[in-house]
Amino acid sequence: MKPALDWLDNRTGYRRLVHETLYENVPGGARWRYVWGSTLAFCFVIQVITGTFLWLAYSPSSQTAWESVYFIQYEMAGGWFLRGLHHYTAHAMTVLLVVHLMQVVIDGAYKAPREFNFWSGIILLQLVLALSLTGYLLPWDQKGFWATRVATNIVAITPFIGPSLQQLIVGGSEYGHHTLTRFFALHAGIIPGAIILFIVGHIYLFRKHGLTPKLPRRRPDAAFWPDQVLRDAVACLAVLAVVLFLVFRYQGAPLGAPADPSEQFSAARPEWYFLFLFELLKYFPGGTEVWGAIVIPGILLLILAVMPFIGNWKLGHRFNLAYLWALLGGAALLTVLAIKADRGDPNYRLAVVTAERDAARVVELARSPEGIPPTGAVSLLRNDPLTQGPRIFARNCASCHRYDGHDGLGAQPKDKISAADLKGFASREWLKGLLDPEKVASLHYFGGTAFSDGKMVNYVKEDVASFGAEDQALLQQAIVALSAEAQLKSQRELDENEAAVIKLGTEALTGDRLGCMECHTFNDSGEDNAPGLTGYGSREWLVAFITNPEHERFYGEDNDRMPAFGEEKSLTRQEIGLVADWIRGEWYVAPAPVVAR
Amino acid sequence: MLNRRHSRFFYLLMDTPESSPQPDRREFIKKAAAVAIGGSLVVAPITAGLFVFMDPLGRKSGNGASVLVATLSSLPENGEPRKFSVLATKVDAWNRTPNVPVGAVYLQRLKENTVRALNVVCPHAGCFVDYRPANSNYFCPCHNSSFALDGAILDPKSPSPRGLDELPVEIRNGNEVWVTFQNFRAGVPEKIPV
Repeated sequence: MKPALDWLDNRTGYRRLVHETLYENVPGGARWRYVWGSTLAFCFVIQVITGTFLWLAYSPSSQTAWESVYFIQYEMAGGWFLRGLHHYTAHAMTVLLVVHLMQVVIDGAYKAPREFNFWSGIILLQLVLALSLTGYLLPWDQKGFWATRVATNIVAITPFIGPSLQQLIVGGSEYGHHTLTRFFALHAGIIPGAIILFIVGHIYLFRKHGLTPKLPRRRPDAAFWPDQVLRDAVACLAVLAVVLFLVFRYQGAPLGAPADPSEQFSAARPEWYFLFLFELLKYFPGGTEVWGAIVIPGILLLILAVMPFIGNWKLGHRFNLAYLWALLGGAALLTVLAIKADRGDPNYRLAVVTAERDAARVVELARSPEGIPPTGAVSLLRNDPLTQGPRIFARNCASCHRYDGHDGLGAQPKDKISAADLKGFASREWLKGLLDPEKVASLHYFGGTAFSDGKMVNYVKEDVASFGAEDQALLQQAIVALSAEAQLKSQRELDENEAAVIKLGTEALTGDRLGCMECHTFNDSGEDNAPGLTGYGSREWLVAFITNPEHERFYGEDNDRMPAFGEEKSLTRQEIGLVADWIRGEWYVAPAPVVAR
Repeated sequence: MLNRRHSRFFYLLMDTPESSPQPDRREFIKKAAAVAIGGSLVVAPITAGLFVFMDPLGRKSGNGASVLVATLSSLPENGEPRKFSVLATKVDAWNRTPNVPVGAVYLQRLKENTVRALNVVCPHAGCFVDYRPANSNYFCPCHNSSFALDGAILDPKSPSPRGLDELPVEIRNGNEVWVTFQNFRAGVPEKIPV
């Protein structure tokens, strides 16, 4: 073995390299406070390894970025673990950078002759933060998209070169394919390349000037190997343990709904370690933003960079220490203020709930038998009745109607209810209420409309109220038959099992005893004085009704205030279909609910 | 070969009149030529790369076209704003997708059947502003800028440098609301189209 190793050493000189690496002198012996640089190097190695494997499965374009990240997170074997490891190690790196900086400043390791080492460290700090910033966009979800819009708009206010710089970073004037290709090139190539160069320089300078010992030296000098290496390894293991805990606790890294520039996203926030900058911007009135976003952070960073010179003065080191604590304290305070403001804001909390719901829903849809179309996952949510129905309803219908007492999204509209509550529309339950003398004139049905004293209300309040047991039985059968016209998904099984009752109910509906055909039509019978009951509540019926309730098939000239959404083109045919499907409860239901990550 | 050239380059940098009292002109030309040729070798790939890298600077936004957004009758007569997606042809590098949302606007019916259109994007940093019916104003959920229904800044300490961006509106055929959709640069007091 020895001759082979001698030959290798003769050709490569590896023994000297290993010796230099392992037998670096540690003045005063190994200490736990020297571990931080090694933990950072360890984190960077994790990021390079996990990042390379993520690269093998990631596709940077606005139609494939979210989709490929979804596939990694939810479909590929161990994908969630790989993403989680990459994501939480990035968090750990930010924390460790701050701890390493604190240790360097407290121990005075920034002072001459280590200025260049300190400056390379400051540049590394910024490069790592740039990695976080660029990585945040890559999943192309709502959170990353809107946060990046803010970040790149801040770039645009840089004096003189701002707008051009923004255009170069974004890859045009709109966010899209080229934003992703550029961010990905920065994230996976340019910035890591620069980091490697600076790490090499940083370690070279560290070795050149040696470790700055914490005084007083407690023990005699010792070699880096094995005591310090063991401490470093244990510290790295502890970092890994924390990261693994977070990965398992949150089952990978978060993935929001796909980016959609036309979809409101009020939960837009940067990653927690940029919250202080986000909060800072709130305090700068319009036109002075450049101070909060660029000038002040720039000056603060500059003061940090000149610490080696300040440290030469008599009280310089104390000033540096005080400055660092003030800087970190200020950042912590701003972060707490930002979190507190969000916690106290019900609108923000509602936005977060909506964002989580959309994130979970799009995964359900992506996993449905139809899967993700080539146009990308953004069309899944745009065409989903469960997602769009309530939004269309809240915008267009909720000024009069309600859905289970709210506007469809859980909020209360400004205007009082003045038309029917459409939760369960055309179901047996809903029709029973409509034909209940106690309920028909309530706000839940006709109470708020021009028909509150109309023929139907009077029929229910007078005729139905006086029905005997036999007529009541007929009415119940008619309700079952009418509800079956809607072909509701929720009643499909019930309708199939009660075909005989439906047949009887159809006869009751068209018979003379109940008198429905005196105003309504059903198939070929009846008078055309009220909405037709053929196919009542079915998709076709509801879409036609929303398109034009003034059509003679429905209310004709007697229509109350309901706009003809389709005729007036205030809703597209697709939107009418979506809201109709949502009211009818027709949407894809996943076999098992997805928990948003 | 490379090392040799590098060592010459550094030697040239470190060379001083003191260390070589009688500079040899031929020697100098050789060194200068080595540096010039060595340096020029990277010009071609860097120039080629920079041209492509700078390409977005010469490209203009596809926005600015007049788009049918809604009908007049779909806007509440009480002047309450409604949000509408702007459907147009989206050009994203090599993709051209017709009839997809490229942005959104708040439309508000004014007196005498005129309509006000405001771009939903906050002029501060580009977030999506929210209409708050309870306060009858617009509110940006990012940095708390608030705007009146006409788009004007409400709070004098608002982080936004200007009010919401109003867009030109044209009523065609009596009922169609056409909006000239455009995005503007954020963070500056002037309305500069992007």
